[in-house]
Amino acid sequence: MNDNTERNLALSHMSVAFIAFLLACIMGVYQVLERSGLFSSLDSPSVYFASVSTHGVLMAYVLTTFFIMGFGYYTASTTLKMPVWNPKLAWGGFWLALFGVVLAAIPLLTGLASVLYTFYPPVQAHYLFYLGATLLIVGSWVWCGIMLMMFYQWKKENPDELVPLAMFATAANALLWLWTSAGVAFESLFLIIPWSLGWVDTIDPGLARTLFSWTLHPIVYFWLIPAYTAFYVFVPKQAGSFLFSEEAARAAFLVLVVFSLPIGFHHLYMDPEQAKGWKMLHGIGTFVVTIPTFLTGFTVIASLEIAGRLRGGKGLLGWIGSLQWTNTMVLSVILSLLMLIFGGFGGLVNASYAMNAMVHNTAWVPGHFHLIFAGTTVIMYFAIAYYLWPILTKKPLISNNMALVQLWTWFIGICILTTPWHVLGLLGQPRRISSVVYNNLLTLSWQPYELAMIFGGLIMMGSGGLFVYVLYKTQFNPSAEVFEGSVEYAEPLHKPTDLPEYLNDFKLWNKVIAVLMAVSFGIPILQFFFMDTYDSSAWGY
Amino acid sequence: MHIDPLEKQWVQVVVGVCALFVGIIMIDALFHGVNAPSNVETIDSAKLHLSEEFGEQNLGVSTDENGHITVRMVAGRYSFFPKNIVVPAETPITFRWVSIDVLHGVHVPMTNMSTMIVPGFVAELLTTFPKPGDYPVLCNEYCGLGHDHMWSRIDVIEKEQWSTQQNRATGETES
Repeated sequence: MNDNTERNLALSHMSVAFIAFLLACIMGVYQVLERSGLFSSLDSPSVYFASVSTHGVLMAYVLTTFFIMGFGYYTASTTLKMPVWNPKLAWGGFWLALFGVVLAAIPLLTGLASVLYTFYPPVQAHYLFYLGATLLIVGSWVWCGIMLMMFYQWKKENPDELVPLAMFATAANALLWLWTSAGVAFESLFLIIPWSLGWVDTIDPGLARTLFSWTLHPIVYFWLIPAYTAFYVFVPKQAGSFLFSEEAARAAFLVLVVFSLPIGFHHLYMDPEQAKGWKMLHGIGTFVVTIPTFLTGFTVIASLEIAGRLRGGKGLLGWIGSLQWTNTMVLSVILSLLMLIFGGFGGLVNASYAMNAMVHNTAWVPGHFHLIFAGTTVIMYFAIAYYLWPILTKKPLISNNMALVQLWTWFIGICILTTPWHVLGLLGQPRRISSVVYNNLLTLSWQPYELAMIFGGLIMMGSGGLFVYVLYKTQFNPSAEVFEGSVEYAEPLHKPTDLPEYLNDFKLWNKVIAVLMAVSFGIPILQFFFMDTYDSSAWGY
Repeated sequence: MHIDPLEKQWVQVVVGVCALFVGIIMIDALFHGVNAPSNVETIDSAKLHLSEEFGEQNLGVSTDENGHITVRMVAGRYSFFPKNIVVPAETPITFRWVSIDVLHGVHVPMTNMSTMIVPGFVAELLTTFPKPGDYPVLCNEYCGLGHDHMWSRIDVIEKEQWSTQQNRATGETES
């Protein structure tokens, strides 16, 4: 099959993602330096908050969305062995999303959108920022449509077969993203854009926060699913083994999609506009959504254990040493799981309704999500990129050793950056401050941790730079040597037979999601219409 | 469909662990009243100065006839008002927070005195400071370019010292 279009789509999307990533890394280093207060020449809240806003948007929205779209197009065409449906539309989505990013970048970089990537109103940015962000989402909906179209076309042509696992996960993610992005899209279209354009003077911050919380949790699973996809479909093969259980993999993806949606109120535990019963309900759902992650850990580690034993590892833990640590995919999954263990522990603390009060909006929170996003998730983006780049560019990876050094340094950098961040949170430091000016003895205990974070940030920037360098050198290698490999997906240990249709389709789950969303968000959203709520004042920001 | 016996056991363990955590949280919430601040009480942020409760003369610490202490605070860019209050340790205190402008958050480090302050709502919570000391009150939600400077102070004093002061104050009014 001639897959030039698919390779081009994948490369273009991922290149945008990684350029955004590199820019955001540089901003990250500036931020740790500025925040430490050691360099008075850097101190500037206006530059700092413009930088934090841009860093968040680039990492959380641009890196992720473009990476996921590019990875999805290539996964769909290689697993289903069919060309991308309507490539012109796919390119349309790409350019629309990119146009949105450029539009949002103008106010971001000129300090007119220093509202951070969560843009909680009534702090207001220039309307181009909200329009740009909305266009990015609309562009990504094109991708969702194409993924689901291909999923159902293939099912129609192969009615008695199982959709390959990689495509099942990708289509699940597309469905998840459609549901997820609806919350922020409502907020943007009905509240924020009319208000930022000056059509209305005031906005209801409680309703805006409630709608944003709809998006705020499942969006992290949208980012995480490609990492889990790589865990299940690439890792076992690269480790020289089999996927321990395909049934468990499918179940894990389904529970992730269904239960990550109706639980957003754990971001609102400390908010006065929602009642405790709803918070508890969402809190219970939050614990349910840890189950697929525990299951994923089990299945992936079991697959790795088989690999280690096949390679001659003996004893209870001997198989770990005999894994192929020099394979970028294998090394990444080991480091990713290590970070997942610690990050998951922190996540359980955050999820604990009431205990959350001790860490809410403290430095613990960015510590947590850098560990689990920049750590667990992004290290798998690296692994996927190292694996796909030679296939997409038809040039061999310039240096496996450089890639290994890059992965190790990223892991070390994350540990040095996020451990102090967690401690700072427990010591009461708020997140989202540009400098410490509180006249209180408590702040003295924060200083050594601020210092440590600088080293973490510097190591991560070096590592991020090395990552982009390796990809760049691979792609633009003048040598005529051609890389012939193609994507290989892992085989399950037991070929799944007689799977019920609900493990091969989303129609039922879509209905389940609709019911759960109606139950968990229906009244909490409607209350703003039957209660006497007041908008924020029309002045003062 | 193939499910490995080990896998089945693992799922049981995981579900058990999650159920245990949820159970503990629920028992604390339902029987011991350990809840997040969730009173869903609306107020017009633009007219706080006209409201009885959050008029300037009523801000800060007040004690009702039963001796229960309520602290009423207003958050606005960039401080909490009143800027310095004194409360006793080891005494339940109700805090009521409102915002006059944008979204704020407030946390007294090392304590569970933590809540978001959303314009249009009163955020209420009940807490007890176990130890006396000089506690900073920090804004922990980004509220604008001066966010770093948004903080105030709570002096938590010994319970006995508080009662002496209270008695003296009441004594003065009576005489």
